[in-house]
Amino acid sequence: MSEIVRTSGSLRKRLMITLISGAAVLAIVLFLIVRGYATQIAQNGQDNILSASVSSLLDAAVVQDGTVEVDFPYSSFSMLDTELDDRVFYGIYQDGRLLSGYEDLPRPSLKDGERRSFQTLDYAGTTVRLASAKRTLVGATGRTEISVSIAQTQDALSQTLGDISQTVTLFGTGFFLLIVLLSYWATTVTINPLMRLAMSVQRRGPQDLSPFRKEVPSEMVPLVSSLNTLMGRLDHSLTQSEDFIAEAAHRVRTPLATVRSYADATLQRVTKKQNRDALRSMVRAIDESSRAASQLLDHAMITFRADHLEKKQIDLVALVQELVVRLAPIAEMKDVTLDFAHDDVVTTKGDIILLQNAIRNLIDNALKYAPNESDIYISVKSDPNPNVMVLDQGPGYPVEDFDNLTTRFARGKNADGVVGSGLGLTIAKDVAVAHDGDLLLSNHEKGGACAILSL
Amino acid sequence: MKYLLVEDNHELANAVCSRLEFDGHVVDHADKLQDAIAYADTSEYDLILLDINLPDGDGRTFLKHHRDRKQITPIIVLTARSQVSDRISILDLGADDYVTKPFDHSELQARCRAVLRRNSGAVQTILEFGDVAFNQVAGQLMIRGELVNLRNRELRLFELLLNARGQIFSKQKLADRLFSYDEDVSENAIEVYIGRLRKHLENTNLVITTHRGLGYRLDDV
Amino acid sequence: MRYFITVIAMFFTWSASAQDWEDRSVFSGADTSQSLRVLSSTDTSFFEPIINKFRIAYPNVSVEYLVTTTAEIDKIFRASPEDYDVVISSAMDLQLKLVNDGYAAKIANVETPDWAKWRDSLFAFTIEPAAIVINKAAFLGHKIPKTRQELIQSLRARPALFQDKLGTYDVRESGLGYLFATQDARASETYWRLMEVMGGLGTKLYCCSGAMIDDLESGKIAVAYNVLSSYAKARKGQDTSIEIILPADFPTTMMRTAIVSDSTINVKNAENFVRHLLDIQSEGQKDATTSLPSLFLNPGEQTIPLEPALMTYLDRLKRKTFLLEWERAIVQ
Repeated sequence: MSEIVRTSGSLRKRLMITLISGAAVLAIVLFLIVRGYATQIAQNGQDNILSASVSSLLDAAVVQDGTVEVDFPYSSFSMLDTELDDRVFYGIYQDGRLLSGYEDLPRPSLKDGERRSFQTLDYAGTTVRLASAKRTLVGATGRTEISVSIAQTQDALSQTLGDISQTVTLFGTGFFLLIVLLSYWATTVTINPLMRLAMSVQRRGPQDLSPFRKEVPSEMVPLVSSLNTLMGRLDHSLTQSEDFIAEAAHRVRTPLATVRSYADATLQRVTKKQNRDALRSMVRAIDESSRAASQLLDHAMITFRADHLEKKQIDLVALVQELVVRLAPIAEMKDVTLDFAHDDVVTTKGDIILLQNAIRNLIDNALKYAPNESDIYISVKSDPNPNVMVLDQGPGYPVEDFDNLTTRFARGKNADGVVGSGLGLTIAKDVAVAHDGDLLLSNHEKGGACAILSL
Repeated sequence: MKYLLVEDNHELANAVCSRLEFDGHVVDHADKLQDAIAYADTSEYDLILLDINLPDGDGRTFLKHHRDRKQITPIIVLTARSQVSDRISILDLGADDYVTKPFDHSELQARCRAVLRRNSGAVQTILEFGDVAFNQVAGQLMIRGELVNLRNRELRLFELLLNARGQIFSKQKLADRLFSYDEDVSENAIEVYIGRLRKHLENTNLVITTHRGLGYRLDDV
Repeated sequence: MRYFITVIAMFFTWSASAQDWEDRSVFSGADTSQSLRVLSSTDTSFFEPIINKFRIAYPNVSVEYLVTTTAEIDKIFRASPEDYDVVISSAMDLQLKLVNDGYAAKIANVETPDWAKWRDSLFAFTIEPAAIVINKAAFLGHKIPKTRQELIQSLRARPALFQDKLGTYDVRESGLGYLFATQDARASETYWRLMEVMGGLGTKLYCCSGAMIDDLESGKIAVAYNVLSSYAKARKGQDTSIEIILPADFPTTMMRTAIVSDSTINVKNAENFVRHLLDIQSEGQKDATTSLPSLFLNPGEQTIPLEPALMTYLDRLKRKTFLLEWERAIVQ
């Protein structure tokens, strides 16, 4: 039944991997964007302060008596104080000539018309942000251009960015983890209808080939409808073959019944021993063939059902009671009494059709071998396990081939003269095993076969 | 007893009819579903033997129709389907019992008797011969108002002889009727049953006489 | 302890032997290979106890202690930073600029308040307000001024008495004097008025606090403006003729600072020296063996903050403008 199905990865895993890698990419992109944005904002902040500082220096520039004075306020540099005490470099130039400040500071690279510029460059062994601006002064001697550059290291900026990066990383990781959780949830939700379908296919009884009616997501409609089509075809062909077997049985059995009835009737009229024996052989042959057909069908059915065992709560007492009633007329024919004893309540889990068949076979056997005017003792007990015992007063099982009795088509040596196919005990044994039980055969000490079906 | 046999196979039907008539029953035979329904609606039967596969329908339709009309006449289904599931569905539809084709007439008779006994509330035919009273359906023999415990074979032997009073039955014939074909019964066994029955009938109006070389006969004195 | 301090007349030919040191002391350790050159503007007598303590903790290290003015320190050190291991100066602005220009090494994990350090390179170790110091004799029967404004009034009230009897730093020579002057000027216009008044009375200009206090004691001058209170207090212990006034209008408080040269090869020892210095100075209580004020700030008190703005008055143009104005006021 459980054939190995080749797998090509898990749908759920694939979905998870897709979602998670998507989330990872998204988290990284988010991280880069936020970090980039934060860098820009932080840089803008530094630029604004540098710009203000440059402006205050430029504003202080005046031409006095032909010379340039730049009496800039204390606050020009004071405003550049940072948490991490960033270093400050500056240069004040008149027409490109250094008036004051750091000689080696890169000159401002202001294009024509540009009033302000910002550059990031390496200076004094570190990365600095350089802000520059210029202004034209008009004095008595003419025009002169004053430009100012202020550079600041980026320690505080880096720390701020580091802090932001850390926070963003934390958020990104959180976002990623959340997405992982969400994708787990999403895949579960997505996969669930498929799982439910699989479960409901699994849970179905062996006979249930009806189409699935439950609502399924639209993506699963093709699958479910082809499944339904397949089951429809299966159901159809099963019904057809069942019908065919039933029809075949009918076709064979009815003429057999006719022949048997005639033989039976003829037997009543014929007195010559030779003829009577011939007729009796004929009838026996008919009975044997029909019984063999029945049991073969039963056995096939039992093999099928045992593979797809449907366990239900069963009242074992009621089951055996009904069988006893059903078989009483046959027992009566031989003046055999069916003596039924049982515990008050004996229940078990199992397939009612299988159990009925198995127990019927056991009682049938007992009826066949029981002598006239004898008793067949049938008991149903719950201790230690639910069990059914059938004990007759016949010759008992042949001791020499005890082990072979439950194999197919094996019949006891003493079965000559008794109609049977040799499948009865096999069926009972198979049913017992299918229910995790066993069929125990023994001979009673006072003679008679004892069969115990324990579950 | 009045039987209705619903069976489309005429040869089988003939065989069953002749056998039942041989046992002293009246049998109507219908070979179609429609006829069967018509018969059942117009006459009263003690027992209906019903085949499932009919040319114009399913015997189960008859079963349903019958039970829907609250008819209590017992029905034994003759089926060619031996599968357990079929048997169960037949019983669920209201049949009293079933016999799988091909069947042993003795088994059919036994089942008929069992079914009739179970439904004996309907008709009680009691035959009385002096201080002997016999309820055929229930299979009860009363002698001087007391119930006699007869074994099944004794009962059937008595019934056989009683229904054909004054007729001589050979040991062979009696054995054929009482035992299944595959039982090898010595004629001594018949003598044992006759002996037992005689003992029960001592000092009554009914006497079993032995006719050497011919057999036995029951007489109403 | 004095017995193992040896002041050695050096006969080695140092590269800096041509330098005119105000003072030069060598405190030799057990291992001559390990030596520290400390460039300082603080008088040896103030620093000796600290060096001695350091030598107890690190007996193997010799310390050469070189004293000169703050302006000289800046010049000498910038010229050859690899020759000196630790630089100690009272000119906060010059020290800060040394750090800004990359002459100082970072020292990690130094336990000192944020306001007392800059870039983990510049470490303050004293709190020293600038004071007005007067000769009490000149104010007998007169109110002792508590603020700069009151000082101006006192001077104007008796100009004859104070004529040529005033002193202050020559800010052109003294880095500390320049720092005090620029901070005063930044804080209030009163500074310029005081300078004009003092200039009108023929103020004497000094290179250092020590010289001002000397003249105060001898009665050469009656008032000294912007004297280091620590020096004055050290001297007052011996003399009761002078009085130290911390101006109540606004205090100008300086911090002495130390840096480790970025070019030194004695990194470990230099760091240890600074750490040790801070340990001693931040203990808070006056130690009998040190006469330097500790690094302790009362609530509400402020010092000149360590910030890039300190470089403002070091700007060539600003300095030129400031000195011009100062000379116009005081030299006249």
